Amino acid sequence: MTEAKHLLSLKNVTKRFPGVVAVDRMSLELPGGEVHALLGENGAGKTTLVNMLYGFYPPDEGEIIWRGEVRRLRSPQEAIRLGIGLVPQHPLLVRAHTVLENLALGMPSAFFFPTRGLERRIARLVERYGFRFDPNAYVWQLSEGEKQRVEIVRALLQGAKLLILDEPTSVLTPQEASELFKALEHMRNEGKTVVFISHKLEEVLAVADRISVLRKGRLVGTITAAQASKEQLARMMVGREVNFQRSKPPARTGRIVLELHNARAKNDRGLPALKGLSLELRQGEILGIAGVAGNGQRELVEIVTGARRLESGRATINGIPPHSPRRPRIGHVPEDRRRQGIVPNLSLAENLVLHDYYKPPFSRGPLLNYREIYTFAAAQIKRYHIEPPAPTAPARLLSGGNLQKLILARELYGRPALIVAVHPTYGLDVSATEMVHDLLIKSSREGAAVLLVSEDLDEVMALSDRIAVIFDGGIVGEAAAHKADRGRIAMWMAGVVS
Amino acid sequence: MKRVGPLVFEKDLNAPSARVAAISLLALLLAFSAAALVFLAYGVNPAQAYRTIFIETMLSPSGFAEGVRRAIPLLLIGVGLVLAFRVQFWNIGAEGQLLLGAVAAAGVALFVPLGAPFKLLLMFAAGFVAGGLWAALPVLLKLLLGVNDVLTTLMLNYVAVYLVGWLIHGPWRGKSALGFAYSDKFPAAATLPLIPGTYVHWPTLLLALLAALGVWVVLARSGWGYLLRVVGDNPEAASYARLPVFATVLSVGLAAGGLAGFAGVGEVAGVHGRLLDAYQISLGYGYTAIIVAWLARGNPLLAVATALFMGLVFASGDVMKISLQMPFRVTDVFNGLILFFLISTERLLYYRVRWRPRRERD
Repeated sequence: MTEAKHLLSLKNVTKRFPGVVAVDRMSLELPGGEVHALLGENGAGKTTLVNMLYGFYPPDEGEIIWRGEVRRLRSPQEAIRLGIGLVPQHPLLVRAHTVLENLALGMPSAFFFPTRGLERRIARLVERYGFRFDPNAYVWQLSEGEKQRVEIVRALLQGAKLLILDEPTSVLTPQEASELFKALEHMRNEGKTVVFISHKLEEVLAVADRISVLRKGRLVGTITAAQASKEQLARMMVGREVNFQRSKPPARTGRIVLELHNARAKNDRGLPALKGLSLELRQGEILGIAGVAGNGQRELVEIVTGARRLESGRATINGIPPHSPRRPRIGHVPEDRRRQGIVPNLSLAENLVLHDYYKPPFSRGPLLNYREIYTFAAAQIKRYHIEPPAPTAPARLLSGGNLQKLILARELYGRPALIVAVHPTYGLDVSATEMVHDLLIKSSREGAAVLLVSEDLDEVMALSDRIAVIFDGGIVGEAAAHKADRGRIAMWMAGVVS
Repeated sequence: MKRVGPLVFEKDLNAPSARVAAISLLALLLAFSAAALVFLAYGVNPAQAYRTIFIETMLSPSGFAEGVRRAIPLLLIGVGLVLAFRVQFWNIGAEGQLLLGAVAAAGVALFVPLGAPFKLLLMFAAGFVAGGLWAALPVLLKLLLGVNDVLTTLMLNYVAVYLVGWLIHGPWRGKSALGFAYSDKFPAAATLPLIPGTYVHWPTLLLALLAALGVWVVLARSGWGYLLRVVGDNPEAASYARLPVFATVLSVGLAAGGLAGFAGVGEVAGVHGRLLDAYQISLGYGYTAIIVAWLARGNPLLAVATALFMGLVFASGDVMKISLQMPFRVTDVFNGLILFFLISTERLLYYRVRWRPRRERD
């Protein structure tokens, strides 16, 4: 065989999961000595692609060609042997051991004194790439950035020629990120290939040689970074075509339900997440919050539902702070429906009365009235077409779509003044998506204020009456949906405000 | 799917009750087989030993009554542990909670001048409160500071043991004790009546059976029981729905500790009639009750059966001592082996086992 032109090529690689095509006939060619960015939103197929490259699971169709030879990777060990290294988004290190011991774990080393001789090799790598960490420190003492550097060093020690970094900057400070980029450039100049996964436009432009944009499992296109602009990437990321149109009667808005004024809040790591965000939401309208993940959406939702407190500013629902026990009922469709939305081992019926179990007719004094609960559940199951139609079945048996219907049936009951829906159709099939959309529209037309938070711009455009774009903890632009221009929204999402 | 010889193991998270029963019986069988080695080491024929134990506990009225007597604290504590384990409060401290109940009851019995029915009622109330507060301490540490409850509850047991030791050697040492370390005998108004011809203090037995029934009703039918099941199954969803997670777990801790406190009252007021050395008050009921709750698989009514079973295991200790000339503490070996095999067979619950001999590879 002649010398292969590319280090790695993918030919028509496809991977299906029940109900979705996660990666759809993707072809990609990676030469040696390149930093290649994979850009795309959540659910675009980035992680699935990486998992196939690292041998977690094989593609259903298509070929992975490594240095000119078709390979079928059966395990990560095989990928490592070939020279493919992965730096996972969340470090996989043994917390109670030292850095050195962790690194020895991944190496074919002696049974006794496994760390002998390793120190010198590590020191060389550390010096060459400017990584700073103490090899004798325990992993639990390290910062997230240091743990990531340990993971990179591990991959390099194992002889990686292709290094995949899965959203590496999500845990880094800006200073750490720029150091990482320098190291990546250095590796590129030595002939290694780096695959860099991200959904942040600026850093992709800053670090990559070429950029491949993924969207809904497909490769939209590959362009060289020198020719790319932020606007162009944003358009490619969110797509131009409108996939679905929802018919909805015009909004008849009433008084203000949700009001945020100059809201400031920190995220879980204590860094500012909302930086003076203001918005208003009225009865009878759907406000869509568009934006790239990680710009403050989660903190916004937590403030509105009362799970997080403001540092400063004001947030009210019908004039009452969200964390107050007297605040009006909120219908909350949470981001992670399986972890936050259901009680898996309780029955459908018991899950349906989560907010109302203590009220009549579901309760008489301290005792629950199961006859009423089951009657109510049977009616709700019928109304929302939940499968299986068995009130006694445990909720964990439901599919994603039916789970979401269950959550909506519960959250929309009792006519909440405000509905907060986060990625409400993420991972759902077409018919379930349609049902969720119809329910949200119907609720708003019956007078509820609906806050829709989604990364799917098609969904935001189709459902909302107004669209607000969140970027870096603030609203950077707002437009009425029927007048909104996709291109302009994409620019706002990229943080470009003209 | 995994294959071991001709057996194929398939993952199946939905464990039907028949499989749960089969696996539990398998664990018991394995435990008794392993214990047979202990009999052999003492030079006793295991088959003969088990036959003797069976006849002298199950078929002899006095032996059976001894089993029932030991089942009383096991049931009270086991029912409390069913509650605690449901909300993931890993209470290994029932032994200490029992002792605190005993101390509180002894305090009332010795120092509060009250008439016959009221004295006992106050002893039970004081025992419940003392046991409950002793459990509330680790629960609060867990909820507020994230301190591991297994460690704190376990270590508080030793604090309770030394508290009892200090009381009986020091301030509460009986005037009639003549150099022995125990309190004075309780007055008649502070001792529980027995079923004639046995040592079964029936009021505590009744209380334990009512507790099992009550907890079953509460879990299945009450709003508090619903809350408890939600919090135990998915605390994150519970807090998203703004349910009172903190109050629920704390109230479960109080109830579980309180039931163990009841057990302590029963032991001093029904069996011993005085406060004495911690290891004489309890045979390790707080630990054995973990097996009771585990075997009952979270069902308080089943705990009646499993408590009786473990009570009979303790009664077999008497048989071993008298008829087989073996030490009573061999029952600890039984307990340990049963728990060991129960936990080690736990994973089997989630597999369907099929007989499928290997055929030609295709």
